[in-house]
Amino acid sequence: MNWAQTLRTGLEAVRTHRLRSALTMLGILIGIAAVILTVGFGEGASSQIRDQINSLGTNLLIITPGSATSSGGVNGPLGSATTLTAQDAGALASKAVAPDIAAVAPVSSTGDTLTAGTANWSTNVVGTTPSWLTARARTVAEGRFLTASDEKDVADVTVLGPVTASKLFGHSDPLGQTVDVNGLPLEVVGVLASAGSSASATNEDDEAIVPLSTLAQQIGGASRTSVDIIYAEATSPGTLSAAYQEANTLLLNLHGDSAANPDFTIQTQQSLLSTATSVNGTLTVLLAGIAAISLLVGGIGVMNIMLVSVTERIREIGLRKALGATPRLIRRQFLVEASLLGLAGGILGAGVGLAGAVILPHLISNAIAISPAAIAGAIAVAMLVGLVFGVYPAGRAARMAPIDALRTE
Amino acid sequence: MSLIELTDVRKTYRTGSLKVTALAGITLGIDDGEYVAVMGPSGSGKSTLMHILGCLDVPTSGRYRLAGEDVSEMSEGQLAHVRNQRVGFVFQQFNLLASMPAWRNVELPLSYRGGGRAERRERAIAALDRVGLGDRVHHRPGELSGGEQQRVAIARALVTEPDLLLADEPTGNLDSASTAEILNLLDELHGSDRTVVVITHEADVARRSERTVRMLDGRISDDAPTAAVSR
Repeated sequence: MNWAQTLRTGLEAVRTHRLRSALTMLGILIGIAAVILTVGFGEGASSQIRDQINSLGTNLLIITPGSATSSGGVNGPLGSATTLTAQDAGALASKAVAPDIAAVAPVSSTGDTLTAGTANWSTNVVGTTPSWLTARARTVAEGRFLTASDEKDVADVTVLGPVTASKLFGHSDPLGQTVDVNGLPLEVVGVLASAGSSASATNEDDEAIVPLSTLAQQIGGASRTSVDIIYAEATSPGTLSAAYQEANTLLLNLHGDSAANPDFTIQTQQSLLSTATSVNGTLTVLLAGIAAISLLVGGIGVMNIMLVSVTERIREIGLRKALGATPRLIRRQFLVEASLLGLAGGILGAGVGLAGAVILPHLISNAIAISPAAIAGAIAVAMLVGLVFGVYPAGRAARMAPIDALRTE
Repeated sequence: MSLIELTDVRKTYRTGSLKVTALAGITLGIDDGEYVAVMGPSGSGKSTLMHILGCLDVPTSGRYRLAGEDVSEMSEGQLAHVRNQRVGFVFQQFNLLASMPAWRNVELPLSYRGGGRAERRERAIAALDRVGLGDRVHHRPGELSGGEQQRVAIARALVTEPDLLLADEPTGNLDSASTAEILNLLDELHGSDRTVVVITHEADVARRSERTVRMLDGRISDDAPTAAVSR
């Protein structure tokens, strides 16, 4: 019996026992669909985060309080400490100490409700300096951004994100209008241009920028001296590492820290990217692990059904042996049958996974990225699962003595 | 020429600690073209003998030569090949595959020995013609009467042109009309020089043969031309 005949016989067996085959495939189908979707989610999330971090710009240093590398238990977790100050930012801006740093923007923010007439809108109120605009690679759509004199005079002015502006003022021109924050009237002097169309950009389009001094002294909410983040822009991508060294040395000196135990963290786009990727990778591995377990369960289902099938078809096996089927051919026939079940389950599972990838992003705001290689791989794995879990039942069928098989009623 | 040569063939089964002797030394020769009936009460070892004659099982000791070839020491795979080439089986239960039409059932043994698809189909249909079922080629076993099913089984046994046609209680599940039909067919096959061995406990079936071998307790108790025994 050649392979084509074996294949045809296998197909026939699958077709003859439709319900049983369908149930067997279901296990594989769910496993494969789960694998494709979870891997797709992981990929989608990764590329989303990559876009987000790339939009920060390639020559940016992000300095946050606290240290992730703390070993003595002295420093709090990343971002929770209040060790960075506006003075640190001022020092970093000095051309004499840090010649490779072009611009420095300390940022301190608080959540607050903005009121304009009858309109209310809760958003992020961000206190910063004029360099923020270049450091974050943003532009102003109309009006102007904050100036050095705004900062010096503790001016009651604000620059709104485009989303914030439209929420508060609708279609009317926000320039020159007044918004109230905690009872403090602020004049709208500008509106930012949109950060882009990606999902992450919507957050950046909804904020109210005020001078750092105004936030600290007039609005409150945040500490008067400490800042949340300092953005420092290197003069060019090539001087990024020099800028990193200068910032590090300067802050260690200012804070009196040892190099082994700093109370701040400096990250670059690259380091953020690798952190995010590794976190995401871990998550993807975890999800894929769960999906793999469901695939394993599907495989055990195949084995289960194949064993039932072998038991149920003992007479057929005996007859085929009596008519001249060698143990090898019997084994091959059941292996082909199990692989076919796996393959069919895999193809259907890939279809369900693809359908899910098209439908789900409409329901949840997560991107799902599915590569053809992942699909081909998943289908191959499904077939392999069928094959591997078919080995034991096929072996049992092959070893069966023809007289015992024929004797069974 | 001798087709079957059994020399002191013994077969013992083990069921737990119990040793059961099914064949206690059988020496038997069957020539080409003979029509032999093997009779005996249940437990006499006639089924075991049939399994060994059909190469479905191997003797514990002794020698079995089929068409000059010693098959007593062959592996499972080699035995499968011998069965396919030399033996045609007809079972009491018909043993047809319900999911396949008649011609596919008949084609089955051919599928284990190669040959083109069209040729296999042609031979299967010719075999069905020969047993008088040329008009039932596409019927499934469930759509055929018992006698017709057994004829499909005979066609399946014949399609490979085997040296030996081995029938195990071929009429055990049939009514008298179908029985007569099947027995006539066996007569006819024997008439065309085929070696036929029928295992049966029915005297009516045995009467058709030329030679009757009677078994008792795993031994041959009587071996004589049929006419002398039954008439």
